[in-house]
Parts: sequence; C-alpha cells; structure tokens
Amino acid sequence: MADLSAQASQPAANTRKRAMSENLFGWLLVAPAMIFIAVIVAWPLTETIRLSFMDAGLGGEEFIGLENYQDLADSRKFHQTVIRTFYWMFLSVGIKLIMGLIGATLLNAAIPGRALFRVLVMPPWVIPVAIGCIGWLWLYNGYFGVLSGVMMKLGITDGPFEFLAYKSSAFYSAVVTDVWVGTPMVTLFFLAAMQGVSRDLYEAAWVDGAGRWYRFRRITIPQIMPVIVSMALLSAIFTFNSFEIIWILTEGGPRSATTTLIIDTYKVAIGNYKFGEGAARAVVIVVLLAVFSLIYLFFLNKINKRYGAK
Amino acid sequence: MMDRYTKLQLVGIYAALAVFLTFILLPFFEMFMASLRPLEHLFRSPYQFWSDDFSLQAYKDMWVTVPLLGRYIFNSIFIATSVTVITMVFVVPAAYAYARLEFPFKNISLGIFLGVNMFTGAVLLIPLYRVLRTMGLLNTYWAMIVPGVAFLIPTGIWLLRSYLEKIPRELEEAAFVDGASRMYTLRRVVLPLAVPGLIVVSVAVFIGAYAQQFLFAITFNQTRELQPLPAGLFEFIGYQSVTWNEMMAAALVGVLPVMLIFLFLQKYLVAGLTAGAVKE
Repeated sequence: MADLSAQASQPAANTRKRAMSENLFGWLLVAPAMIFIAVIVAWPLTETIRLSFMDAGLGGEEFIGLENYQDLADSRKFHQTVIRTFYWMFLSVGIKLIMGLIGATLLNAAIPGRALFRVLVMPPWVIPVAIGCIGWLWLYNGYFGVLSGVMMKLGITDGPFEFLAYKSSAFYSAVVTDVWVGTPMVTLFFLAAMQGVSRDLYEAAWVDGAGRWYRFRRITIPQIMPVIVSMALLSAIFTFNSFEIIWILTEGGPRSATTTLIIDTYKVAIGNYKFGEGAARAVVIVVLLAVFSLIYLFFLNKINKRYGAK
Repeated sequence: MMDRYTKLQLVGIYAALAVFLTFILLPFFEMFMASLRPLEHLFRSPYQFWSDDFSLQAYKDMWVTVPLLGRYIFNSIFIATSVTVITMVFVVPAAYAYARLEFPFKNISLGIFLGVNMFTGAVLLIPLYRVLRTMGLLNTYWAMIVPGVAFLIPTGIWLLRSYLEKIPRELEEAAFVDGASRMYTLRRVVLPLAVPGLIVVSVAVFIGAYAQQFLFAITFNQTRELQPLPAGLFEFIGYQSVTWNEMMAAALVGVLPVMLIFLFLQKYLVAGLTAGAVKE
C-alpha cells in the first residue's frame, strides 16, 4: 500500500498499468501454493462432506442423507467421546499454559546458565512426537518403568503399577505426555514475549517499590496477554487434533477411556473401512473446532481491546 | 539491582528449574539408560535404578534386530528433505507476494492458507487416501511427501512473510527504477537478502516434516522399505517380545540428525519462529 501512494504523483495510466501487473504478478506467485492446497486439502475436505451423506465403504457408495449424523446424535457413546475430547483439550491446554508461564518466567530470570537451560527445554518439540511417545511407553511400563519403580520404592503401590492399563490412569497419563509434547513450544513463545516487554516498565515499577509478584501480575501478564491468548487457541487446536500420542500409548483404550474424536474417526474410517460414518465424524470435528475458534476469537477481540493491544 | 536475587530466591529458582527440566528430559534420560542395559537386566523386577552391567551392546545389536533400521533413518531424512525443498518452492513466491504486493483477495487467501492449520491430516484421511490412490501414489515416497508439503505450506508462508516484511524496501525500489523486472528483482535482490530467513524457515519446515511423518506413513504406505523411522519402530513395538533396549537405542540414534541440526541452529531458529510473539 505504501508504494501505491508513493506513485500517486506519477501519470495515472502508468500507475494503473503497474497496479494491473502487480495484481497479476501477485496471483502468479500465490497460485502454485493455492492450487496445491486446493488439491490436497480443500478438495478432500469437500469430499469428506459429500461422503458424510453416504453409506460408503469398500463396497461402494449409496446416498443416505443425514443418517450418519442421526446415528451420531443418537449415540451415547459418541456424546461421551465429544465430552471426553473437550475435557482432554481444556485440561491439557490449561496445564500447558500454566507450565509455559512458569517455565518462561524461570528461563527469563537473570541467572547464570540460563542460555543452557533454554536449549534443554526444547528437545520434546524438536524430535518426532512418535519417538517421544515410545519413551513414555517405557516410562509407564509397570514392571520396568521408572515411575512405577519409584512408586514402589516410596511405598505408594505394593506391586507394579501399569499406568496404561486402567481407565483413568491411562487418560491422565496421556494428558501428561501431551503436556510434555506441547509445553516447550508454549514456554518458548511466552519467553520470547517476556523478553519483548520494555524494561522501562519494570524499572518504573521497581522504583515505586513494586515487588516481583506485583510486577509479574501487573506488568508481565498484561503485556504478554496477546501471546497467551493466541497460544491458547493454537495449542487448543493442536490438542484437539492430537493423534499420535494417544494412538501410540493406548490406541484409544482401555475400553475407550482415551478415545478422543480424532481417534474415534480414525478407527471407524481407516480401521473399519466405514468411510461414510468416519466422514461424518470428521465433519463434526471441523464444525466443533470452527465454532470453538469463532467463540474464542470473539473473546480474544474483547481482551485485546481491553489491553489496548493490536 | 532490580535483577539481583537473594540466595534463597536463587535456590528456589534453580530448584524449580530442576523440577521443570526433569519433567522435560526424563523420557530421554530413561531411554538412554534403557539402551545401555542388557535385555535380561531390563526385565528385572522390581525396578533397579542403577545397574553394574551397562554396555553399548544394544547399539550394535539393533542393526541386526531391526534389519531395515539404516533404511528407516535414511527414509526419514529423505522424506523430510524432499518435503522441505518442495515446500520452499511453493512458499518463497507466495510469501513474497504476501509481504510486498497488493492484489485482489490478498487477505482472504492468506486467511484460507492459515485455516489449513485447523485441520490435521486425520480429518482428511479418507479422501486423501483416494486422491493418492487415483494419482497412483500410494505406497510410494510421494504418499508421505505430498500431504506433508500441503500441511507445511501455510506455516512456511506465515514465517517467511514476517521475515520478508522486515527487509527494507529501498533496494527493491532502486532496482525497479533501474528498469529491472519483478522476477529479476525477486531473484537477484530480495532472495539474497532473505538468505538467513530462508534458512530459518527451511529448518523449521524440516523439523516439522521430520516430526509429522507417522500418521501419513502408517496410513498411506504399506511398503516396509519406504517406512520412516517412527513408523518402522512402532511396528516392532507391536511384536510379542520387544527388545526394548535396542528400540530405545534405535530411537535415540534416529533423532540424532534433527537434534544436531537443531543444536547448531537453535539460536536463529528460536528467534525466527518466535518473531511474531515479540512486539516491534
């Protein structure tokens, strides 16, 4: 926009010609990426919507209207899965944000060795999720894992405790692993935001006698609020869609205790070849996430206005 | 002065950091310990914290137990590299357009790109499976490369765009005035200036590509020789007798390439990735 106004003094015809070529050139540069996304993401998405109205499997397709959705609406099991998914998301994202805030605050402290500590936080983010999960699979093992070992030594359990064998311990174990995977990124972004807060603010508050906790609450938190809210949404979307962690740890078991919407969709569509039923679930995921994001962005807008941020 | 801590505060900070880092690093530490223990020791119960028979034997044996291990690691690197190169070919022109040019539907189309981040491959697997089958790409490297590229293009555009926006416009405008074409300016003026940004974004894409292979691999590829490391190892974990020490050794060796790249470039990488979080 800046260079358009700069050219305002030039002859109008020239400007128009240049704007034309800029329009064309702009689209020329964006088109390859756009077409690629259209074929690999947008078209499959419309196909998913179409399939959700079909009784589709390996055998063929037959239009059945809303029957797939009706089945989901009637299924108590599916309702539980939806509730479980949101519980999973809120719990995991909440812990990640708190861990991220604590971690970033610690790493932002002016102490010797912090450069090293900052690097040490990142490995879970860098390595493939699947590999990290293989490590957690080992930790959760009742007979050979260190967690059960420590618990036995401390006398918390008498015998080996299989973390992934019981409904609620499996669920919370998966949450812990998900937090482990997601915390480094959240921490890093919070840390970057904290480093961007002007020192003048802290110094002014310090001169006025404000303590650390007060400065954290009244300066740090409001200043980095925009980053907190956008990270919350981003990690909510990631967590909602989190597949590998649960799949590797429990494959959704025991007795569906860790089956989130993504796992359910995968099992139905890819595991049982019920493409139509799977597609209906996929559409539900997209709609739920879209609605959630819209509601969230609505509040984000309000928060940003309140804190005067962009 | 303001940053000075009392002894007690320092102890508190280090203690809290120790707890935090223990949580983050525990799995790696345990994987490493397991990889050092002989198999029969690994299965000793109750759990023993220290062993007197540590050895590097697993790092030798794993190549026999998992005969394709070298191939898996190669596949992982090969797929991630291909994804990175192809993604960048799409990302560079688009990011430039979003950073510098005005064209119709600019903001809407950028929004559409970013909306892609809302979906994971898992939602689109069924039709994607059919698309890849129609194209004859199932059970080839392409089955893992093509979806990988699609899901990394948006992030790539987003990251590179913010980098390009920071490059001063004056040089480009000077080139225009001298009569250079847009393409020439992009290639000879903008890209050379953007090299650090290109490196950061490429590395970020590479790490993403290395990390995301599992789902596409287990769904779109049945050819064992083409499996990337996470999928290849996961298959072994399903077996009756898992040689855990060797699995852990293999997993650790398999993440070595990304860890090394990351360690060398971490400073630039972190700065580049979090640029959006810092106020200008």
